[in-house]
Amino acid sequence: MEAITQGLAWLQANPGRFGETVLDHLLLSLTGLGIGIALALPLGVAVARSAWLAEIAIGGAGLLRTIPSLAVLAALLPWLGVGFTPSVVALALLAIPPVLVNTVTGLNGVDRAARDAAEGLGLTRRQQALQVELPLAAPMIFAGLRISAVQVVSAAALATFIGGGGLGDLVTQGLALLDFGRMLVGAVAIAALALLTEAGLGVLERRVAARVGA
Amino acid sequence: MRWTMRNLDTIAAAMATHVLLVGAALLIAVAIALPLGIAVARRPTAQRLVLGTASVLYSLPTLALFALLLPLLGLGFWPALVALVTYAVPVLLRALVAGIAGLPPAVLDAAEGMGLTPRQRLWQVELPLALPALLGGLRIAAVTLVSAATVAAYISAGGLGTLILTGLDQGHTEKILVGAGLVALLALLLDQAIGLAQRRAAA
Repeated sequence: MEAITQGLAWLQANPGRFGETVLDHLLLSLTGLGIGIALALPLGVAVARSAWLAEIAIGGAGLLRTIPSLAVLAALLPWLGVGFTPSVVALALLAIPPVLVNTVTGLNGVDRAARDAAEGLGLTRRQQALQVELPLAAPMIFAGLRISAVQVVSAAALATFIGGGGLGDLVTQGLALLDFGRMLVGAVAIAALALLTEAGLGVLERRVAARVGA
Repeated sequence: MRWTMRNLDTIAAAMATHVLLVGAALLIAVAIALPLGIAVARRPTAQRLVLGTASVLYSLPTLALFALLLPLLGLGFWPALVALVTYAVPVLLRALVAGIAGLPPAVLDAAEGMGLTPRQRLWQVELPLALPALLGGLRIAAVTLVSAATVAAYISAGGLGTLILTGLDQGHTEKILVGAGLVALLALLLDQAIGLAQRRAAA
């Protein structure tokens, strides 16, 4: 209980600092996620057509997904140094596997009949992909996006260890200064952000699935 | 490589602590998840409640969970172990419940027709058939724990994360890369090993 009182006291004394770290955290997460999606989605579309390229992509994504987040962040330091840029690069790397894997499996799961019908209608390859295959694969792709987003928001908390800022700063500073109020505010905010991302995108995901199903 | 050569014992000790943390957490988590999963697998209301709680716990970011438990449990190996168990139980529960609930009804009817008691059915039919799914859960749990145990260095639990965090503090590139490399290697090895067992069990 005492820790909660300390947390509220810190929040009351430092509303500006709190808002700043929340914005930092969101900026880190959104930039990393955006770059990750911008790489993974086209890559997934490109490799889905070829069975062996798809297998290599899924295998590579599996390897990348297995490596612990803190290791990814730390391993970039010798090349990219500390701060915002290496953190964003690490978060983008962490965002790639779920989107890539789900794009490939989603596209390959598209009903053969729908594909044949699109071809029979005389659609070009490009039209088939944009108007038929991607919309049908959308629920699966969106599920990958949700997993990526939660992972990125979560891993952004570790950016503090390489000087990337964000809400993790409150947690590490809190422990270093034995200021448990600050630490608790950081921890609760990180947890809330992850759970909100999961729940919010989950709702959107069901809507996307319902639309395709209709 | 000079630092590595002179500090092989430190590195080995960090690796040993890391493996111990992950191994102990996995064992405790199996001991909790197995009876709990079996108990709720055939009870829809209890299952929703348990899986809902589990999914919230699993979605908590590692650093947040460690920090939230810190005022209650303090620093060190034991609090880290508690946090790691908290992560592994949801994964195992989900896999076990899905494995048991996914069995074809015909198999269960056949077991009943052969005169098996519910207890016999569980041990001789349901659990063996759910084993591949359970191993799949164990695989995800193991990889998740190797990752979470790295962050446990923040609450002074030891392990390979300590090499990374002290390396970052001291600007010691070699120490950082050794810690990050070994922890990645450990995760990949566990993933492959349990994946192999999973394929054997399914065959």
